Amino acid sequence: MAKAPKPRRIQTLSKAPTGIAGLDAVTQGGLPRGRPTLVSGRAGCGKTVLGLEFVVRGAVEFEEPGLIVSFEESAEELTANVRSLGFDLDDLCARKKLAVEFVSVERHEIEETGDYNLDGLFVRLGHAIDSLGAKRMLLDTIEALFAGLTNLGILRAELRRLFRWLKSKGVTVVLTGEQGEGAFTRQGLEEYVSDCVISLDVKLAHHVATRTLRVVKYRGSSHSPDEYPFLITDRGVTVMPITSLGLAHEASSERISSGSAAVDELLGGKGFFRGSTVLVSGAAGTGKTSAAAYLANSACKRGEKCMYFAFEESPQQLIRNMRSIGIDLAPFVKKGLLRVEATRPSLFGLESHLAASLNAVNEFDPAVVIVDPITDFVSLGSTYEVRSMMTRLVDHLKSRGITALMTSLDSTNASKSEEEVGVSSLIDTWIVAELVEVAGERNRAISVLKSRGMPHSNQIREFLLGPRGLELVPVYRGPGGFLSGSARRAQQTADDATSSTGNGS
Amino acid sequence: MTPPRARPSRRHATKKRVASEDKEFFQLRLYVAGRTSRSQAALQNLKMICESHLQGQYRIEVVDLLVNPQLAKGDQILAVPTLVRLLPPPVKKIIGDLSHIERVLVGLDVRPLPRGAVS
Repeated sequence: MAKAPKPRRIQTLSKAPTGIAGLDAVTQGGLPRGRPTLVSGRAGCGKTVLGLEFVVRGAVEFEEPGLIVSFEESAEELTANVRSLGFDLDDLCARKKLAVEFVSVERHEIEETGDYNLDGLFVRLGHAIDSLGAKRMLLDTIEALFAGLTNLGILRAELRRLFRWLKSKGVTVVLTGEQGEGAFTRQGLEEYVSDCVISLDVKLAHHVATRTLRVVKYRGSSHSPDEYPFLITDRGVTVMPITSLGLAHEASSERISSGSAAVDELLGGKGFFRGSTVLVSGAAGTGKTSAAAYLANSACKRGEKCMYFAFEESPQQLIRNMRSIGIDLAPFVKKGLLRVEATRPSLFGLESHLAASLNAVNEFDPAVVIVDPITDFVSLGSTYEVRSMMTRLVDHLKSRGITALMTSLDSTNASKSEEEVGVSSLIDTWIVAELVEVAGERNRAISVLKSRGMPHSNQIREFLLGPRGLELVPVYRGPGGFLSGSARRAQQTADDATSSTGNGS
Repeated sequence: MTPPRARPSRRHATKKRVASEDKEFFQLRLYVAGRTSRSQAALQNLKMICESHLQGQYRIEVVDLLVNPQLAKGDQILAVPTLVRLLPPPVKKIIGDLSHIERVLVGLDVRPLPRGAVS
């Protein structure tokens, strides 16, 4: 193959980039240029939106004028629908970048007698393509013809002729089709379109819907055959390739303070690596959110931006509560250095959360991101799905060099719960906060379970949360082992007493 | 809703108009694409049917979409030949070469036997 007789390199299939986030990665460059692509799925899967976005983005981003042929919605309805995705069809039409053709097929007013062909449609489409110089086209959905015309023999022959003709015109076509029983489309459109087939689906799990996209077939091109979650937001379609991010991010050796001298002390006195991922896990009331607030506080004090995803507290509640340990976050919010995004985890599905978070991060461009807590996501999907989501989130943050701190609620004190095991490999620094129950009181203890690439303390340290913040209490290690709270004080008093009497004698 | 359109081509237009107030007037438009044998057949069939059933109360206008492609939009023409009954309302469409006379008459809402036509 290397010694090919022809001097030219083998031409790979030319592709038309879709401009849709993620889809170009999945299709490795876009849809086959000058050929038809079938998008199939059940009603409400987002077929029309995907096709519309392909055509509109072609006109806006790639200087390829597009024709939208709708057999179901009038131009007015389409314009209204696309406006919700942030595109102004009227403006694009006025600038001759786009044209909308509404082809109405009304069965009840058509009588058939004798032989015919679909030259009327051909002439109409040809005229629209030529007067616009259209390079892209959406046919939504040509199946309507099957409802309007009864002579299937003629119709099928004409459809075959239509797609041959469109190929000869060099138009990149997306056609939508309703999914049928055991076939991609009810009317077998895949018979005419053999170049590229994309299948859309909506899956329900725990009452939350997740849209998925799969490239079933792509003739002449390698593609990723996996199923990818995708979203339809106010910015259009976002496909999330699970594997598009890797482990290629840069590793900074800069250290940033955790905001708490006590935590820094545990980490060799310098704090976290910039761009690392920190997990703070512990039982309820062990001070996880406080640790998060410390980091936010120190980042904002350095003039860096911080994004705080709060899934349990409202921004006001968070700010009020943090004042009790001597941290006032309100001025930073006012200055625009701190943004608190508070939502309930159960509000949407995992993928929506991920996309919303990534969009927010991309927009705000923070240096520090806090997710408080990640535990609630576990209720939204299987362990695999949660892990996949967390991986993508962590990869994304790392690739942008963002320091991330996540908190995780530990119901047992064992710090080995399933969700943590799932994400532990993603974590660079893992701090465990525990409640130690001794002599009728619960005392807070903190330790560093792991911290990649830095020397760290191996001690479990008692700490106090008060108006002066997080304070480590000097360790007591005596013959009785690790003591905390009043037991430590009692032991210290006893020790002091013995040592003073010892001195006195 | 439809924009003002250009005047259709009248190259093959056939006018037969006889004043008859008691009968409905049929305004018909036949869309074709080029002078194919099918379009010629459709026009022949249509003329024949009109002459035998609608004498003096019809007008046929022929639109060639290859000459005026922009006219396909207005009447939502998919297939050719398509016969559009513009008058009397409602608008009706018959597609095909009009070779089946009975079906054309049904499509046009023309009663083949005027004697039986009461109500």
